[in-house]
Amino acid sequence: MPKLIVVDRAGNQAAIEAREGLTVMEAIRDSGFDEMLALCGGCCSCATCHVFVDEHWAEAVGMPGGDENDLLDASDHRGPRSRLSCQIAMAAALDGLRVTIAPED
Amino acid sequence: MADRADVVIVGAGHGGAQCAIALRQNGFAGTITVIGREPDYPYERPPLSKDYFAREKSFDRLAIRPAAFWAEKAIAFKLGTEATGVDPEAHELMLSNGEIQGYGKLVWATGGDPRRLSCAGSDLAGVHAVRTREDCDRLRADIDAGANTIVVVGGGYIGLEAAAVLSKLGLKVTLLEALPHVLARVAGEPLSQFYQTEHRNHGVDLRTGVAVECLEGDGHKVTGVKLSDGEVLAAEAVIVGIGIIPAVGPLILAGAAGANGVEVDDCCRTSLPDIYAIGDCASFACDFAGGQVMRVESVQNANDMGTCVAKAICAAGSGEEPEPYKAVPWFWSNQYDLKLQTTGINLGFDQTVIRGNPEDRSFSVVYLKEGKVLALDCVNMVKDYVQGRKLVEAGARPDLAALADKDRPLKELL
Repeated sequence: MPKLIVVDRAGNQAAIEAREGLTVMEAIRDSGFDEMLALCGGCCSCATCHVFVDEHWAEAVGMPGGDENDLLDASDHRGPRSRLSCQIAMAAALDGLRVTIAPED
Repeated sequence: MADRADVVIVGAGHGGAQCAIALRQNGFAGTITVIGREPDYPYERPPLSKDYFAREKSFDRLAIRPAAFWAEKAIAFKLGTEATGVDPEAHELMLSNGEIQGYGKLVWATGGDPRRLSCAGSDLAGVHAVRTREDCDRLRADIDAGANTIVVVGGGYIGLEAAAVLSKLGLKVTLLEALPHVLARVAGEPLSQFYQTEHRNHGVDLRTGVAVECLEGDGHKVTGVKLSDGEVLAAEAVIVGIGIIPAVGPLILAGAAGANGVEVDDCCRTSLPDIYAIGDCASFACDFAGGQVMRVESVQNANDMGTCVAKAICAAGSGEEPEPYKAVPWFWSNQYDLKLQTTGINLGFDQTVIRGNPEDRSFSVVYLKEGKVLALDCVNMVKDYVQGRKLVEAGARPDLAALADKDRPLKELL
């Protein structure tokens, strides 16, 4: 199973198992990170599953889509590697992906 | 001896779950028990009328948190039981399983029960609500057993979302709305008209201004819907989406103020000591509706009220003043390939401005009152939703010509 490395808002890092086919949001939420609000449940309607993708993973993960990009603009913490984690599907190619949960808006 | 918890949350929906999560996030160290009527741990309800119903998502993906999370956070659950009585003086609940549950603070987060048709035949088999997983599974079972002709009663969001999924499954769907247009309670006419056209274009036989006389059956199962003009529509299953009745009976009996839901103050406190109420069942003076006392039925409201109460309980523990509830309302609805996002509350609007052209299937309706932006409904217009929210928050009074120009970003109008 691919590994996902998650850094929470306090800076604590944990490696979790992320089943292929699930989104990064689901993997984080299901691993007990209570900071992952993900209010709309992953249908790209809010911006409460915002993460920063590590620099060397940015290319593999890719850029946000149109709606996602607009939603990310709602965040005061948007950065160049911001993504909504509900829009990143876990795959073998992303084994070892490291993301940081963005501060709360 | 009665079981007791420092905080007892009645209702294991979005609001109750978030309240428990936020209590622990804010450092609450006391005992927490959540009472849930359904057998399942808290799960997301919106997908019930969308991707869960369409079987695009399995139930395990709907869990708000995995079961292990609740155990790890020492949040206890009593599932499959509900509170039938409240004794505010003794700080005790009566549960339907016969137990007495003591509490220090009580959070009432019960949501509502689907309003049922009051006409003859409403208790026939094959008549469904869409509120719980069980409702949804029963309806799916009817469809799996061959039900092909479905009548949806009610043109609110639940009815429309169900109609969209059913028609995508290739079923024959008729949607009946009693009022002159769908979404009448929540949206302006341009949006209603747009959704009516969309559903008709997708093959839904959508009828407005029609009253249901009764449901007909074979003695056991529903077979048709009789309208007030005498026409009988064949139906192998009927979905009733005509709103909810807030589930506040025991609280009102115990003396809490309220009529349409239980009344709460700006920190979600009911009129009874140590009892809060949140979510669909709580009515409050809403800043975003000119102080109108109302209930707001949305995930956002349930969730943010849950957080508000958790913080208030933690603040009370350290002698601080609680922070009032003032989250900007927002909501979403997915039908077909249409992403609707709304922000604010349009209650009392006296003007609408449309940005873009509904025929392009990408437009926004801006609701104003005396020139002030109250709310926006944005269809496939995420940018307007994001930027429009700031207009709602600020109570902006933009130039109307600029507002009507869809190429003019809303953030420039702040």
